[in-house]
This record gives sequence, C-alpha cells and structure tokens, in this order.
Amino acid sequence: MNFDHDFFVGFAKSYGLFYMMAFFFATVIYAYWPSNQKKFDDAAKSILEEDEVSQK
Amino acid sequence: MISQLTRDERSSAMILCTILVIFGGVLGIAGRDDVLGFHGALLAACGIGLLFMIMNRYHDAEPDPDGIKKYYDDPTKVGVIVSMIWLVFATFIGDWVAWLLVFPEATFDAGWASFGRLRPVHTTGVIFGFGGNALIATSFHVLQRTSRARLSDNISPWVVIIGFNLFCLMAVTGYMFGITASKEYAEPEWYADIFLVVIWVVYFVLYLRTLARRQEPHIYVANWYFMAFILVVAILHIINNLAVPVSLGHAKSYSLFSGVQDAMTQWWYGHNAVAFFLTSGFLGMLYYYLPRRAGRPIFSYRMSIISFWGITFLYMWAGSHHLHYTALPHWVQNLGMTFSIILVVPSWASAGNALLTLNGAWEKVRDDATLRFMFVAAVFYGLSTFEGSFMAIRPVNSLSHYTDWTVGHVHAGALGWVAMITFGAFYTLVPMLWNRERMYSSRLIEAHFWLALSGTVIYVFSMWNSGIIQGLMWRAYAENGTLAYSFIDSVDAMAPYYVARAVGGFLFFLGGVIGLYNIWKTIKMPAQENAPVYDLPPVVDPEPAE
Repeated sequence: MNFDHDFFVGFAKSYGLFYMMAFFFATVIYAYWPSNQKKFDDAAKSILEEDEVSQK
Repeated sequence: MISQLTRDERSSAMILCTILVIFGGVLGIAGRDDVLGFHGALLAACGIGLLFMIMNRYHDAEPDPDGIKKYYDDPTKVGVIVSMIWLVFATFIGDWVAWLLVFPEATFDAGWASFGRLRPVHTTGVIFGFGGNALIATSFHVLQRTSRARLSDNISPWVVIIGFNLFCLMAVTGYMFGITASKEYAEPEWYADIFLVVIWVVYFVLYLRTLARRQEPHIYVANWYFMAFILVVAILHIINNLAVPVSLGHAKSYSLFSGVQDAMTQWWYGHNAVAFFLTSGFLGMLYYYLPRRAGRPIFSYRMSIISFWGITFLYMWAGSHHLHYTALPHWVQNLGMTFSIILVVPSWASAGNALLTLNGAWEKVRDDATLRFMFVAAVFYGLSTFEGSFMAIRPVNSLSHYTDWTVGHVHAGALGWVAMITFGAFYTLVPMLWNRERMYSSRLIEAHFWLALSGTVIYVFSMWNSGIIQGLMWRAYAENGTLAYSFIDSVDAMAPYYVARAVGGFLFFLGGVIGLYNIWKTIKMPAQENAPVYDLPPVVDPEPAE
C-alpha cells in the first residue's frame, strides 16, 4: 500500500469519521444505560461518605 | 518522612539513591565542563544528600505496623508545599519578564537574565513546577480516598516527587545556562527528557497498582482524568522529544523531525500539553474537591463520563490550529480547526457540570472563598475554552495569531482556571492532610482570592487590548497600498498595556505569597484533638463487628 498524502486524507475522511462516531455512541449508551444509573449515583455520592462515617 | 519507612524500605531507598549518584556521576564525568556535567553533579549531590538523610535515620524505630492500614499522605504534603514554593518563584520570574518588556534594560547585563532565558524559566516553573507538583500531590490524595486503598508501596511516590522536581530543577537551571531544545514547553534537553520518562513510568505504574487494590467497585471519574493526564503526557513527551544528541557527553541534541513535520509534532505536543497537563488533570482535581467542598455530589455523573471521553478523543486532533497559514497542508489546518470548535461541547459540559453542582449552594460560594476559588475556576474554564475554540477559526486566527491576544488567552486559562482550581483544592486539602480544623486564616484566603481575581482580570483585559491593537496595526494599509505601521510602531503602542499586565501579574504573585504563608501557618497550628476523619483505615475489615 502506498502511504502517501492522498491515502491519509482518504483515511481520515472515512475511517476517522466512523470510529469517532461509533465511539461517541458507545460512550453515550454506556453513560445512559438504565441499569448503570445506580452505580453512577453511588459513585457520585461515594466521595462524600467519609464525613458520614466520622459522625458515627 | 523517613520514620514512616520500614528498615527494608530504607535500604531500598538507599539503593535508589546510590543509582542516582552513579547516574549523576557518569553524566558529570561525561559532560565535563558542559552544562551536562553541571546537571550530572546536581543529580549526584542530591543523591548524596538523600543518602545522608536516610543513613541518619536508618536505625530509628520502625513505623507502627498498623500504619500500613492508613492512607499514605507524606508525599502529598511535600508536593503541596513544593508546589506553592514553585508558584511563588515562577510567578516572580513571570512578573520580572513582564517588566522586561517595559524596561528591557532590567537584565542587569547578565546573560542568564535575558528575556529569552527567563521566559522558559517562568513557563516551566508555573506549568511543571507549580502545576505538576499540584497534580502529583492531589492525584495521590484523590486516588487513595476514592479507591479506599493505600498507595501500593512507600518508595515509588518519593521517586515520583523527588525525581520530578529534579527534572524541573535541571530544566530551569539549564535555560539560565543557555541550553534549550527549542521546542516550546519541551525545552529541556535529551538527558533530562529520558530522566523524566523513567519518573513518569513509575508514576503510572504506581497509579495502576493502587487502583488494582481498590475497595470501591467503580473507579471514580476523577481517576480517569488523572490517568489520562499521566498516560497521554507520557506519549506526548516521548514522541515530541525524539532527538539525537551530538554526543553522549554533550547537552545539545537535534530533533528527529524537521520542517513542517517538526512544527506539527511540536504543536500536537503543545496543544495536548494544554489539554492533558493543564486541563485533564485539573478536571480530576475539580471532580473531587469541588463536590467535597460544596458538600454535594456532582450534578451529572453521566455527563462527566461523556465529557471525559469527548475531551480525551477530540483534543488529540486540535493541535494544528497553531499552524494556520503555514506550510502545513490545508486539510490538516481544517481538521485542527474543526476539532477545536467541536471541543467547546465537552468543555462546556464540564464547566456547566461544575456550575450546576454549585447551583443551590450559592450562599456557600458567597461565604466561602475556598469554594469561590473553584467557582471562578469553572467560569474561567468555560470562558477560555470558548475563546480557544473561537481563536482556532482560521480568519479569527489571522487577527489573533502572534499577538498578545494569545498570551492573554493562555493566562485566562492558566491563572483563571488552573491556578484558581488548585488554590481551591489546596485550601480544602491542607486542613484535611495536617488534621487541622480549618485553615490558619480565612481572611487571608479572602485576600488571596481578590488579589488573584483582580490580577487575572487586569492581566487578561490588558492583553486583549494590546493583542487586538497589534493585530489591527499589523494588517492596516495606507492609501498607497503600503503597510500603515512599522513593527516598532506597534511595539510602542503596547507600552501602557505591558505596564498594566505587569501590575496584574504582581497582584497575582502577591496572592501566591499570601497563600504560601497561610498554608505554612496552618501547618504550624496545633492538631485537632478528636480522631481524624481522613485517617480511617482504608482497608475494610472483612468481618465487621456487629
């Protein structure tokens, strides 16, 4: 294969677009998957729990 | 420091120091009267000094074996103090070079004090010395708390902290001696670069090994930002610094790249240094210390995940906007411009997430200067990421490039975002680390806040003014088609703005001095009497007593 200027332009314009869009959708689906919600809520609260522990 | 190490660890620390002495000695002998020789001697002297420190305490009592169940915060403490010292030093140098632009004769006829040598001392000092130490210190703290695990060993955090600061010292002294690799933000020469690679690999391995011991099932989002910072900076640093030294006994090296490839590699590095050193790592700081200080969980954890991957993947392609209207192929310029514009989305998602977390706690922002530091940081983050995307548009860039507008933009980010979030994080962290009820003086935090904010605003506004005037003067044509102004006309026109900028910078420097003093006095305060919250055993007892 000839790795010249046109090859990289073509590569960037085709494959580049698809993998970035695919990655974007994968991230959004992961972030908004309903069963993940509890995990994320727990994680968001987890850093605040230290204070609660101290009050016991 | 040393009393927290077991006898075996003291022995291995001595072996590492011996290796440092040998490495420094070899460089010193090979370099002879070259700067390389001086840096070799510097490393060897540090190694010998550390050896004496350890030997002095070698036979002291070993630490309490239960201590291993606690978090390891000594390296974080050192990192915080060293970071603030770098801040004071490097903003002083920054203000000096700002005055040099007003009074060019203020070099006192010394070569090391010329603008070209002092400017990288300032940039390296603030970015790597202040920012780098702040990132290392806070990452150790956040990593352990969010993982509920102690650092995986007691030696490698010291390798990271001490080694990184030796790298900064070699960089800063090297510039004063007149050596440079001629790449912006990557000026240190090949031997210092190789040294940093070793330190950085130790850092990443330490991070991964500690994460592997975590008690929490989920890896908190701040850790992702810190890991992206460590990993990507390693990649950038290695590739941009590929170079061939003129000899193994000489500091000078030549880059592997040349011409437009060199420019593209440099600005791929340069912009991603902004992205992953000055953004990603500090966002990690924001996602931990801001919710903690506000006492509220982050507004949208899901948004933080999406913006993390957005920032990580989009920034990689934005660097070519530094090379508009150059020999760089047009499509690469377009690529950089497009990605820079899209970047405003994840950037604003992060800034919005921070501000929405504070929504409903505005009375805390009003009353607590520490939280206000973080609030202002989020605002400046939003402003400077918008400004950056705007300036990356080619026609806008034709006005802004090579002018002080760029300098103003960088400082809106560095002072307004990076430094402000760090001050907020430090004022939250210092009482936790030293087990003090609060900072020594909340009025001094208040003073620091207003000095930092007014300094930043004065700085940024004067550079906006001077930058746009420069840009307009350079493109103004007279009626007969010639340029209306000579370059020196535009230099003359800058004088009042340069004075204003130097005054703004001085206010910011003054705030840093107050911050260092306040932190120092806090450390000198007596400890709280009740059991410290933050030294809870990170190792959860498998069979809790009912």
